[in-house]
Amino acid sequence: MDNNKRLDLSYAQLKWDNVFKFILVVMSVILLIIVAGVLVTLVIQSSPTIKSIGIKFLWGNQWNPVTNAYGALPFLIGTLLTSFTALIISIPFSIAIGIYLGEYNTTGWLSNLLKNTIELIAAVPSIIYGFWALFVLVPIIKNFQLAIGVANYGVSVFTASIVLAVMIIPYAATLSMTLIKMVPSPLKEGAYALGATRYEVIKSVILPYTRSGLFAGVLLSLGRALGETMAVTMLIGNNSAIASSFKNIFFGLGSTMASVIANEFGEADHTLYFSALIELGLVLFFLTVIINLIGKRIISLYNNK
Amino acid sequence: MEHPVLSSTKFNAWFGSNHVVKDVSMAIEKNQVIAVMGPSGCGKTTFLRCINRMHELIPGASTKGSIKLYADDVYTMNPIFVRYKIGMVFQRPNPFPNLSIYDNVIAGYKLNGLKISKTEQNDIVEKSLTSAALWNEVKDSLHKKGTFLSGGQQQRLCIARAIAMEPEVILFDEPTSALDPISTASIETLFNELKEKFTLIVVTHNMQQAARISNKTAFFYMGELVEFDNTKKMFTSPNDTRTQNYITGRFS
Repeated sequence: MDNNKRLDLSYAQLKWDNVFKFILVVMSVILLIIVAGVLVTLVIQSSPTIKSIGIKFLWGNQWNPVTNAYGALPFLIGTLLTSFTALIISIPFSIAIGIYLGEYNTTGWLSNLLKNTIELIAAVPSIIYGFWALFVLVPIIKNFQLAIGVANYGVSVFTASIVLAVMIIPYAATLSMTLIKMVPSPLKEGAYALGATRYEVIKSVILPYTRSGLFAGVLLSLGRALGETMAVTMLIGNNSAIASSFKNIFFGLGSTMASVIANEFGEADHTLYFSALIELGLVLFFLTVIINLIGKRIISLYNNK
Repeated sequence: MEHPVLSSTKFNAWFGSNHVVKDVSMAIEKNQVIAVMGPSGCGKTTFLRCINRMHELIPGASTKGSIKLYADDVYTMNPIFVRYKIGMVFQRPNPFPNLSIYDNVIAGYKLNGLKISKTEQNDIVEKSLTSAALWNEVKDSLHKKGTFLSGGQQQRLCIARAIAMEPEVILFDEPTSALDPISTASIETLFNELKEKFTLIVVTHNMQQAARISNKTAFFYMGELVEFDNTKKMFTSPNDTRTQNYITGRFS
């Protein structure tokens, strides 16, 4: 091919390169606009309560639509309590599954069965978990509540946390499996060659190497837990008062921000009530953002060490 | 006067604020094998990567000065065209793992969307593989994946891929450092044949290799081009004491 034709072609190639880059930028910016749009809508719709109640909304402990008293504290507590309890329950499972599938059993039928099951856990609609828990978990918790002296409805913050834990296992498990699989084998062999056992290699080579990624997986799970609505609404009891003792808060009825919105949205019959629910959504939005930012900060601190 | 195929004038390159290539000026004649040697971190690979503008793909990298291909400054040319004219072979063989041997050889045409007929493709594949001394070994398995080949064969496949585009110059970045001695020997023999058609610039860590393959040798030290002369002269009576120290192994 002669030089001039080749030169013309190379300019055409560069032109397309720029068009392609432009398309990528536009797509990404559209996403930014959508998120900004969601935020703006939330702020506008919740402006009646923001104006009439102000910042007190965050720590007000009364939620009474009849007297127009709106405080988000019971639901903030409920959301954080369910999410972090679920996280603490799920982490050992996620990491153990990640190590097992990423290091010990990476191929074969058992490994495939486990991987598919994990995918299935993530794919099952949350209302089905809610049903399962109502039939199986709630009767067990009822007895437990009776034993510790809490009103035995079966549904509770604790019940919701257990189901939430099951639901969020796949996110951290899948990510940690992928990362552990990617640890370069020369690194592992270096430790084996010094006489390390498999446990020691995992503890002092694999886990430190994948640390920030594992933490990112946990963060992903937490993000899911914070926003999960349906199963939690079915199992948490939907009580908007703050109980007097921690035992009663944790093993008794509660509410999360998402569950209140799902439960009460249909009955919000006046402007302030409606707007208070939207503001709950706004608070949830910011809570998620703040927890993510803290998580990113921790990851970068890990990486810089 | 005819232009040398490549000439650099006061050429500088940086990674961020790290000045890695300093005021390098050299002219390279056609159909030669040029060896570029020097201790690790002396800027020889960076300089090589500046010739076909691969250096600028790294974020934070910058350059100053000129490198000319005949009369044209490569830094004012279209970079796509520059890389078409100046091919490159890397340290580790990097055939595309998803492509067959055949498709690897004409990958340059495919990637660039150049339309060529099936007979032309067949010609190019056979010619390039023959020039890379690989044709006889792979002619019966052209449609197998290139990654099944041995390391030396993979590297020759990468050479075939580069010469398929019929460039003026081929850059080699330590092309044999990941290969065994027998594969290394076959590639060194190949250089001698390739220089009939192309101009080769070979970065190498191996001084014996530089002495074996090249007509001229450039010695880089701390980002500067210390000496550029006929290989024989460089290895017998170098002008600069730093070159003398390097080839006698007094520092590495």
